[in-house]
Amino acid sequence: MIPLDANTFIGPYPFRSVPHPDPAILVSVLAREDIASAWTGHLPSAWHRDPTHGNEILFQELEPFRDKLHPVPAIRPDWPGWERALRNAVDLRVPAIRAYPSQWRLGAEDRGMLSLAAACGEADVTLVLTTRFEDLRQRHWMDAAPDLGGAAIRALARVDRGARILVTAAGRGLIEEVHWGLTADERARVWWDISWIWGPPENDLAHLFSTVGASRFVYGTQWPLRLVQSPRANLELLPDDLRSPPLAASVFT
Amino acid sequence: MKTPERLPLAGPGLLIDVHAHFMHAGCGRSHWRTINESRLAAGDRIGISVHVASVLGSWGHTSPTYFPSPQDVSVGNDAMLALQRDEPARVRTYVTVNPNDRRHAIEEIARCARAGAVGVKLAASRRADDALVDDIAVAAGEHGFPILHHIWQHRRQDWPGQEASDGVELGRLAARHPGVSFILAHIGGGGDYAHTFPAVRELPNIYLDLSGSGVDRGMLDDALEAVGPARLVWGCDLTMETGLAKLRALSVIGLSLDDLELIRWRNAVDIFPSGSLLASQVPRAFTASGGASA
Repeated sequence: MIPLDANTFIGPYPFRSVPHPDPAILVSVLAREDIASAWTGHLPSAWHRDPTHGNEILFQELEPFRDKLHPVPAIRPDWPGWERALRNAVDLRVPAIRAYPSQWRLGAEDRGMLSLAAACGEADVTLVLTTRFEDLRQRHWMDAAPDLGGAAIRALARVDRGARILVTAAGRGLIEEVHWGLTADERARVWWDISWIWGPPENDLAHLFSTVGASRFVYGTQWPLRLVQSPRANLELLPDDLRSPPLAASVFT
Repeated sequence: MKTPERLPLAGPGLLIDVHAHFMHAGCGRSHWRTINESRLAAGDRIGISVHVASVLGSWGHTSPTYFPSPQDVSVGNDAMLALQRDEPARVRTYVTVNPNDRRHAIEEIARCARAGAVGVKLAASRRADDALVDDIAVAAGEHGFPILHHIWQHRRQDWPGQEASDGVELGRLAARHPGVSFILAHIGGGGDYAHTFPAVRELPNIYLDLSGSGVDRGMLDDALEAVGPARLVWGCDLTMETGLAKLRALSVIGLSLDDLELIRWRNAVDIFPSGSLLASQVPRAFTASGGASA
């Protein structure tokens, strides 16, 4: 059994129809795919100016499923009172919070993001970042946020010794740029989900497991946007010597 | 080499990848052989019976991938045919052509047909609805070849390095050549596939290939709703794990075994020249779900 899918959402996507993005469906999908639990965010909140209401919806909708679905609320560090919002989330024992600096137009040097990373480290919650929600080539014209860049991730990894950053939906290029652009101490604060890393014939996932190390990666699907079957297929197609890798789930569960 | 002790990850039964690529020594990539071996090994692990594949010239090394020179086109096709000769059970060849070199393209289709090619690959050298492509479609039809056409789903602008086409533009070509089968490439391969489905719904000679890195939930459901299982064909293109994931997703959205077989291999067998894909492998009246039957 896979212990954790660290990259799931509930709620509709603003730019296209997504089939039944509901918590009850997610729980049934986890059971079918033999995944024990999931970190779950509220998808529309990435585009809300104020994520407060989306967070309330997230906690309400996940309440019946808290044994399987762990809420990951969004905290926007340029919004007044974000420190209180983070404290409230921590009081509700969330394992992580999400931030969307690209959607919020917060650059690599943004003080709010750096403060948020430090605060997450102090509170012992993981900061989850999203590289992208869709392939650049298919995005709606109103979905103008760029992919999350390496500079922003490196800046956050350098801010606090206790920071724990999970970057989702990154590909090999971004992962390598960030990983090898950090010191050993800094890169030990960054993990990656495998939802957007390609398999054979180029074998990007196998390459990253061999060079960066499987322990820097976690299982993630980006449900409900993407097929939940893809990361497992990728793991099953790894070369024999890299199959059944020690993914980093134990850090997060 | 196959590892017989393992069951195929895609389950039992035939499986044809209608959108594969290989590389060769003239591509400027030192590990070209490793990439080819990786595709075949992953194919065995998945359970791919046949890779129907193309080489796009020199893959940009000595002329652009999507605008290959005549010389590079021929070198690439020769490499593809050589691989087919080396792997006669599991590799088939699309002959790649650049319609801008009309005479060369027509001669290349005839030459490669004699050497065992089974289809034509058009990438993005000329817009699909351009009159120059008509000659290619005629030549493909004369050989009974389908045309696998690279598509940028809902192309809203020109992108560097290619003169890409979308579903509407391929539809115009397909409507002019109703006797030729067209495989619309990789609905998961970039662009807005939602635009493609209504563009080709009424064109029975266009088949949708499921390949590409995109694994959006809802994409397969919408493709099925638009054209039905009789006009979907399976493929991987550059990401084989997403191909496997789509097969598994098709299994859980309620397709019957018969419909799954259509997508896995039967539609492909119908599109390509008779006996060209599986003649040496398939007993008469083979059924993927249960093996041979009377």
